[in-house]
Amino acid sequence: MSVIVKTVTRLTVGLIFLYGIYIILHGHITPGGGFAGGVIIALSFINLDLAFGGKVSSKIFSKKGTGVVEALGAIMFIALALFGMRYGGFFDNFLHPDGEPGQLVSAGIIPLENIAISLKVAAGLFGIFLALIVLQKFESEKK
Amino acid sequence: MNAYLPYLLCLILFCIGIYAVLSKKNIIKIILGVVIAEYAVNLFLVLVAYKAEGRAAIFSDTQVILPETMVDPLPHALVLTSIVIGLATTAFLIALAIRLYGKYGTFDITRMRELRG
Amino acid sequence: MISESIIPLFVAIPLAGAFLIALFKRLKGFPDTLGVLATAGTFTLTILFFLKMEVGQRIVFNVGNWGGFQEVLGRIVGIQLVMDGLTVFMLIIINLVAFLVALYSINYMTKYTAKWQFFSLFLLMVAGMNGVLITGDLFNLFVFVEIASIASYALVAFGTEKRELEASFKYAVMGGVASLLILLGIIFLYSSTGTLNMADMAQAVAGSQRPAIMYMVFGLFLAGFGLKAAIVPFHAWLPDAHPSAPAPISAMLSGVLIKALGVYSIARVFYTIFGAPTEVRIILMTLGAISMGVGALVALRQWDMKRLLAYSSISQVGYIMLGLGIGTPLGIMGALFHLFNHSMFKSLLFLDSGAVEYATGTRNMKEMGGLSKKLPFTGGSTLAGAMSLAGIPPFAGFWSKLIIIIAAVQANHMKLAAWAVLMSIVTIAYILKVTRFAFLGTVRESFANIKEVPVLMRISLVVLALICIFGGLILIPDIRDSLLSPAVRVLSGMGGV
Repeated sequence: MSVIVKTVTRLTVGLIFLYGIYIILHGHITPGGGFAGGVIIALSFINLDLAFGGKVSSKIFSKKGTGVVEALGAIMFIALALFGMRYGGFFDNFLHPDGEPGQLVSAGIIPLENIAISLKVAAGLFGIFLALIVLQKFESEKK
Repeated sequence: MNAYLPYLLCLILFCIGIYAVLSKKNIIKIILGVVIAEYAVNLFLVLVAYKAEGRAAIFSDTQVILPETMVDPLPHALVLTSIVIGLATTAFLIALAIRLYGKYGTFDITRMRELRG
Repeated sequence: MISESIIPLFVAIPLAGAFLIALFKRLKGFPDTLGVLATAGTFTLTILFFLKMEVGQRIVFNVGNWGGFQEVLGRIVGIQLVMDGLTVFMLIIINLVAFLVALYSINYMTKYTAKWQFFSLFLLMVAGMNGVLITGDLFNLFVFVEIASIASYALVAFGTEKRELEASFKYAVMGGVASLLILLGIIFLYSSTGTLNMADMAQAVAGSQRPAIMYMVFGLFLAGFGLKAAIVPFHAWLPDAHPSAPAPISAMLSGVLIKALGVYSIARVFYTIFGAPTEVRIILMTLGAISMGVGALVALRQWDMKRLLAYSSISQVGYIMLGLGIGTPLGIMGALFHLFNHSMFKSLLFLDSGAVEYATGTRNMKEMGGLSKKLPFTGGSTLAGAMSLAGIPPFAGFWSKLIIIIAAVQANHMKLAAWAVLMSIVTIAYILKVTRFAFLGTVRESFANIKEVPVLMRISLVVLALICIFGGLILIPDIRDSLLSPAVRVLSGMGGV
């Protein structure tokens, strides 16, 4: 990729990542939430990958690391749901009356669930990208 | 008739997607047909939520918004779920398409007729 | 009295198991043990519910404890998980088959690499199917149907050879379009009733005149769920997808997936929500009869053992649809009992074909012969399954087919009853083809050294064979009243009072 693309990517990729984190953390106040934020974070990694070549993001997030983060996100989600069982029901919002609506710290376990989902989605999408494009060489067997 | 036009256009888009699945021979075009049909259904679901002169379903500190004037927020949650399901299906179909190209050497579905009878 | 808050564990245990396997995949033996433990856990939960629930009881659980809103707003808000007689009946079938298949897969899947991916996807599929059975909300049903479907697309393509990829592509595209049709149906229903909860929707639909949109909804649901259940004319994916999957997955697909996703969903949507309208029942009977015919007659031509069994699945699901379509309590009892029997003997037959493939390396019946001398367990259990499929007394399959035919006669559908009897004869013909070509006769020299399959595989085969032989005992009035009758009462009590 040319110098212009590399420079602009170097400047903006951090901002895209930060924007993704903003959307995740404010998921219970503004539209967005875990899934949209996770996609934006994954796209920031893919942006880095496209601009600097295939090997750079494999160093940041190897295939094994992506798999671990993805499974951790899902387990965190289910663990939070099962914790609620101690307080009266599956998925119960056990931290609930905690702040006023509209503040960042409010709505119980929903921000934590958003973070768990975003981990899984970001790692999942980036893993799909790695598996299909970066790490596989597909030659036709019928030659 | 004008009020129903967006719904009709959504269903026409769905039919275009199904037409692509039925009549195209290239695997990638079939996948695109499924994707178009799925977008059409999501769009239709969002349209069902609309209420005339409705506001976005978000409370605000600075203005007083009555719940009766808001659009229906339930289909928005359903559409989020449906988009994720569509993403999973699309990712899987594309992975299959790449592997099929590796095995058969072509994207033409009329050449892949090993299973018969 | 049993607490309702453990209902979500049916989904949570396999789901957590699937992701724990993905995390700890390098530990030796971990995927196998966790797979077996998770399915054993859900099976014991099912037995617990079965023993502790009273007849006719309906346990409701509000996810997240949102039930409090019901008093405030007057409507049901949030997702409800419901356990009633039909749910318990189907949960027993599915979790028992899942446990036995997980046991079987420990040895069978050593032929494939990446065993941890298999168990992870397998547990996801089981979680999806359990979720379909326990949910009381229509969109939640759709989401769980999708989870199970996507896991099954990946499992069909597991071997990544040419045929398996092609079969999986066909299955995935057709399944994807069917899901879109189901979603369209749900959208139309939501926009005309305003609620997604199935019990609420039943009341909203029953009250008013049926608006014209409901006929479109019937058509969309019949097409969408009919494709998942492999009813003719939506059956074209099944003869390619079921043989191409690895044998334990074929057993799961043919034995439980088409029933949990297809037949159960049709029963829930049309019987619980709509109250079994007559037009739909006539269509179900017609499609059931056509499926019986197409499946049985084409199965006669097959030489690939698994493809024959796949066409046989289409035929037997036709029987179940016929029983459901008749609509009388006797017909529904026959349909549900045949569903139980078919899960048991079809899973057994597919696991047997897998055992044959494991021992000999081929699936083509023209190359086999005399295997029952070398593989006694496999031969014996195939005989049990085949007798049950053919409907020979006193094996279990005879009783369920008899009940369906008697119900057809009682409801004055004489031609359908005669057609069912005729197709039973064709069934005997094709299953005798399997027995004769694969198991009887003389052994070929190339197969002189084959050995019986390992112990874990044998356990699954023997347990399923015993259920096929003694399954008729379920009709003893005591057992029937606690297991089968609550399920029948759920479907028939709501239908056409």
